[in-house]
Amino acid sequence: MGGLLFLLSAGFSLIFGLMRIPNLTHGALFMLGAYFGVTFLRMGVNFWVAVIFAGIVLAIIGGAIERLLLRRLAGQELAQVLVTLGLAFIIADACLLIWTGDPIPLSAPESLRGVERFFGIVFPRYRLAVVVIALIVAVGLWFLLERTRLGAMIRAGVDDPEMARVTGIPVSRLFTIVFALGAALAGVGGVLSGPILSVYPGLDAEMLPLALIIVILGGAGSLPGALLGSFVIGFIYNFGQAFFPDLAYVVLFLPMLLMLVLRPQGLFGKHPS
Amino acid sequence: MRALEIVGVNKSFSGFRVINDVNLFVDVGERRLIIGPNGAGKTTLFNIITGEIQPDDGAVLLNGQNITNMPVQKRSHLGLTRTYQIITLFPNDSLLKNISLSLLALSSLRWNPFVALGARNDIKLQALEVLDQVGLKGLADRPLNQTSYGEQRRVEIAMALAQSPKIILLDEPFAGLSIEERTQIRELLASIPEEVTIVMIDHDMEVALEFAEKITVMHFGEVVVEGSRAEVVEHPKTREIYLGG
Amino acid sequence: MAMASLPLWLGSDYYINIASQILIWAIFALALNVLVGWSGLVSLGHAGLFGMACYTGAWLLEAGWGHFTAVLGAFAMTILVSAIFGALSLRTRGIGFIMITLAISQILWGIAYRWIGLTNGDNGIIISARPTPFGIEMDTPGVFYIFTLMVFLLTMLIMAIFYQSPFGVSLRGTRDQSRRMSALGFNVWLIRFSAVLFSGFFSGVAGLLFLYYHQYVSPHVLSLLNSAEVLLMVISGGTGTLLGPVVGAGLVVVIKNVASAYIERWNMLLGVIFVAIVIFMPEGLVPGTQRLFRWVFARIKSIGAAIKSEAS
Repeated sequence: MGGLLFLLSAGFSLIFGLMRIPNLTHGALFMLGAYFGVTFLRMGVNFWVAVIFAGIVLAIIGGAIERLLLRRLAGQELAQVLVTLGLAFIIADACLLIWTGDPIPLSAPESLRGVERFFGIVFPRYRLAVVVIALIVAVGLWFLLERTRLGAMIRAGVDDPEMARVTGIPVSRLFTIVFALGAALAGVGGVLSGPILSVYPGLDAEMLPLALIIVILGGAGSLPGALLGSFVIGFIYNFGQAFFPDLAYVVLFLPMLLMLVLRPQGLFGKHPS
Repeated sequence: MRALEIVGVNKSFSGFRVINDVNLFVDVGERRLIIGPNGAGKTTLFNIITGEIQPDDGAVLLNGQNITNMPVQKRSHLGLTRTYQIITLFPNDSLLKNISLSLLALSSLRWNPFVALGARNDIKLQALEVLDQVGLKGLADRPLNQTSYGEQRRVEIAMALAQSPKIILLDEPFAGLSIEERTQIRELLASIPEEVTIVMIDHDMEVALEFAEKITVMHFGEVVVEGSRAEVVEHPKTREIYLGG
Repeated sequence: MAMASLPLWLGSDYYINIASQILIWAIFALALNVLVGWSGLVSLGHAGLFGMACYTGAWLLEAGWGHFTAVLGAFAMTILVSAIFGALSLRTRGIGFIMITLAISQILWGIAYRWIGLTNGDNGIIISARPTPFGIEMDTPGVFYIFTLMVFLLTMLIMAIFYQSPFGVSLRGTRDQSRRMSALGFNVWLIRFSAVLFSGFFSGVAGLLFLYYHQYVSPHVLSLLNSAEVLLMVISGGTGTLLGPVVGAGLVVVIKNVASAYIERWNMLLGVIFVAIVIFMPEGLVPGTQRLFRWVFARIKSIGAAIKSEAS
């Protein structure tokens, strides 16, 4: 679960950190990716290929959203947030229209069915694989941010957008790239979540608040924060469901609220949201 | 009792010291000028006086009262007013409305959610009087964004005068004005009653010389020269800072 | 007066109920607009206040208390929650404010959804009867509509008075130039906090009407969806006028109820309209339509002038 949440929230964190907007469409993008995964699988494509395709499709969609809609409202953060809200409605309903309302179970690829045993504890193989994938993506993202020029520009944009613009960094193009990347990550996460959660309407509404919580706690624009937050929240989510079903939501949102009030930049964030 | 005292005030931003051990004492009714090149910390000092910025150490006293930790909104009630370098008024509202807001700030009426503000003649008349003082009575109903820059600067001062202040802080009141407009402002300032203390920030030595009784020169966050007009002009440090000015 | 006679010529109960719903949501939208339009504070958690009134009222009624106590209790609770809302969210502005309001309402939603012992969870609470003020039965749609109409008109009146009042003017001042207002001597935090309480109160009024209308409350009243819908109403109608939120409420309710009979995916339609308004008519439908009319008139005038000069 933590792995899935990382894929979901890493994108959200980058978008929030760089563009300063909480992307309220993110949950819907996650769900959309999952649905696309379903379609690709139905076309007979290999699971992993479906994951990659979904990521690509979502990247295109994300890029289009940024270029066509968000860019028109550059500088008006409130309007951009509202647009993402409206888009979430649209995408969620579109999914309902195209894929109908029945939950669709996705089966994990053959090679990953079954369980592994470590130290007497049973782990489903697929979930382990998801964690591994998430860690690989985390390393990949870290590499992107710390070692490439693109990454440096993104980091500069997160730290100080004004300065970045002044020093000639193409901030608008960066926005498009980051949004597309975030969408792709969400989409990949969506497909990967299929075998664990199934794909159903309302998935977006379940995932978005979690992404919000994780990024607020971990800090916008901070990957370590997203990583740590994802696993912690994933843990609490699973345990919470089991042990305090009555207050599961409260247990999740209360820390977020406290963090917003006491330390708005989160644990690792660079500036208050 | 002095009108304004700044005692041992320091302020740093991200490790960079912008105000360094500044002491300033202004008497009641004095016309003080604070002058210095850009970045000397003059506006920051004003912000500390009004409370918009908190000093790291030191104290600010207004008419003998320590206001260092007092919230911003209480200070105007003690007679402290200020104008700003950049016009931060309400552009879509009429001059009358803008001044009314300034009057409202000190009146208990501001908490009233029942009466229509427009119907209050007392506020309206008072506002018109203030506008008259600055020579803008005829434009009372004109929206602020349809007045000239010079007129807007006069409105800024009117906003301060409306509150019957004990001390006015003027932040570069002459900036960007034509010669005529400067004369208007100069006359306006001269008409302000003697009991009101005025502290002005400016760049321009000439303007300054006319107005100020006492001048404080700041540089890099410190007070470097202080004294009467003549003393400051003669001082070698002043020459140094203004490179032959 | 035209609105009062509505039941007479609308005929069908269905439409009368729609009208009641529009009025209830209009009150909610007006309440939210006190913050969004007049204070410049966008809240994505107003369902929390609306829902608290619903649930408190429902709970008290089902526990055996009378209508008077239930209503009073609901108001008290809503104002209390508004105070908490204000105290927490006013520590930030802009995006931070949005997130805190969202977080608080999600917590309340979560409690309502999961704490089945208290709230009956997803099954919700049903209340047995509507109140009978002065002995008038309100079970028929027509009578309930008249009652709602009266509350609505009273709300509009109070809002109009508030808007023109010194407090209202100060509030809008803090929206435009909060730093300046502070320096002038206004206590900006206290002004905003009072606005949150005022907004919360009327959200509670709407919530109670909602409760009595449906005679049923479920966690949905506290949901993000609900907060988003009322925000949509405010934004689409326009935040600058009193009529804006009302028009917005009308738009959304009509689309939800009436259009949904013809178009299955009305949620998407709502989303599309929302996005279109945010992008093309950011000041909302009411000012936007005014602008449109002015443009049309100007065109007509110039055509008329051209024809005249041709003729002469």
